[in-house]
Amino acid sequence: MSRAWRRFGPAQRAARWSVYVFIVAAIVASARAVEIVPEFLYDAPEQMQDLLRRMWPIAFHHYPAGVHDALVDTLHIASLGTILAVAMAVPVALLAARNVTPSRPVNYLARLLLVSSRSVNSLVWALLFVAVFGPGALAGTLAIAFRSIGFVGKLIGEALEEGNAGPVEALTAAGAPWLSVLAKGYWPQVEPSFWAVVLFRWDINVRESAVLGLVGAGGIGMALDTALNLFQWDRVAMVLFAIFCVVVVAEVLVTQIRKRVI
Amino acid sequence: MTASALSIRNLDKEYARGKPVLRGISLEIGATGITAIIGPSGTGKSTLIRCVNRLVEPTAGEIRFQGEDLVKLDRKGLRLARRQIGMVFQEYNLVERLSVMENLLCGRLGYVSPWKAWLRKYPQADIDRAFSLLDTVGLAGLANQRADSLSGGQRQRVGIARAIMQEPKLLLADEPTSSLDPKTSVEIMALISSICRGNSIPVMVNMHDVELAKRFADRIIGMSGGTIVYDGGPAGLDEGVLKEIYGGEGWLQ
Repeated sequence: MSRAWRRFGPAQRAARWSVYVFIVAAIVASARAVEIVPEFLYDAPEQMQDLLRRMWPIAFHHYPAGVHDALVDTLHIASLGTILAVAMAVPVALLAARNVTPSRPVNYLARLLLVSSRSVNSLVWALLFVAVFGPGALAGTLAIAFRSIGFVGKLIGEALEEGNAGPVEALTAAGAPWLSVLAKGYWPQVEPSFWAVVLFRWDINVRESAVLGLVGAGGIGMALDTALNLFQWDRVAMVLFAIFCVVVVAEVLVTQIRKRVI
Repeated sequence: MTASALSIRNLDKEYARGKPVLRGISLEIGATGITAIIGPSGTGKSTLIRCVNRLVEPTAGEIRFQGEDLVKLDRKGLRLARRQIGMVFQEYNLVERLSVMENLLCGRLGYVSPWKAWLRKYPQADIDRAFSLLDTVGLAGLANQRADSLSGGQRQRVGIARAIMQEPKLLLADEPTSSLDPKTSVEIMALISSICRGNSIPVMVNMHDVELAKRFADRIIGMSGGTIVYDGGPAGLDEGVLKEIYGGEGWLQ
């Protein structure tokens, strides 16, 4: 006699089906909401060709005068912002990790801080800081830093929580003070993820800081904004190409460093 | 037996209210010698050992060590008392990404400021001691090897050396051989035995291997259901006693 076998029970099967139905419904609803205008859609290929034609040839001659300084600014904003973010995120991460700080209210408060940092987009942070400090690289740096706290803090906090409790227990049993337990019990365990997170965030920040100039927060985005407003598409192409090159170089650099640290 | 190194009185521990794991344990540990605690799984052997240095907080009772009641100590006092109690763990509990030498020096963290430890500025005396202990436990030449590259037996040797680095007045060992093969288990117990007898450090060790306990311990405590049911020399562990400790008898045949 053969015995029937099914991976999922009736209730589970119904649940899986309703997920599929929900996904289809969501796609239909979103398609309606974005209100595609057919006329714009039809001539989109033409428009695209026109745009690309205006972008070519790339205005390389524009680089020394109009792009280089802004590009260096962007790198400064990204690097300084990341360093600031790490300095602020590490204490919050320590408070957020349940095994390091065994107090639920403090954990939740720290998590709330991290979530609020992440819930505000860096463009919005930039708008806030431009309003406070005026346009320029300072606003951009702070925007990058505050947006990154949530990301860096969350990931370091999780790395701390995933750490092995054994060594920490051993050092505690040896009568080590709390700071030493942190330095010799937790830090060696989270060190690889720490560097991975910081480098990854720097990589993201290089890309993000390229956009910040659009709201006046300094960097290469300013050059992009100017070129866009003047319809100088060949210069726009130059800026985009510069950003692309920096991102590629950052990617290669980060991969190399990460390989060496871990 | 001279003055006792550790004296436990009426120790109770319940993790959940109304479900005691340890029930009124009273125990004197002599100033020298190896005391092995045996008993079935879940009978509170590990809890008992961990209550001594308060990795597990006792619910009630008194634990006197070096003239103080460990149960009543505040954070600072507990930290200072812990410096004098070495501990060896079943899973070794080494800091995997640090070198053997640094793991040994971790035993001195109670005496070195966090800042100096971070900069790896340990006193020369500690470093000398670590090197000589490495020779003693048979790991000479492995000082700069990372702990995660060692075998189980080697790791436990590091664990023992780290505990001895503290110059402890008492050594706790929580199932030190349970993750090791039989041959390595004997070697590790022999090492603990020779180091602690040589330095007059009393040892309190949990074991589930009765034969190993008989072979190395001067005194055996049999626990069952959170209480002590046997306390005496290895010779007194006959079938009747084992039946009382572990229950049943089919396994004794």
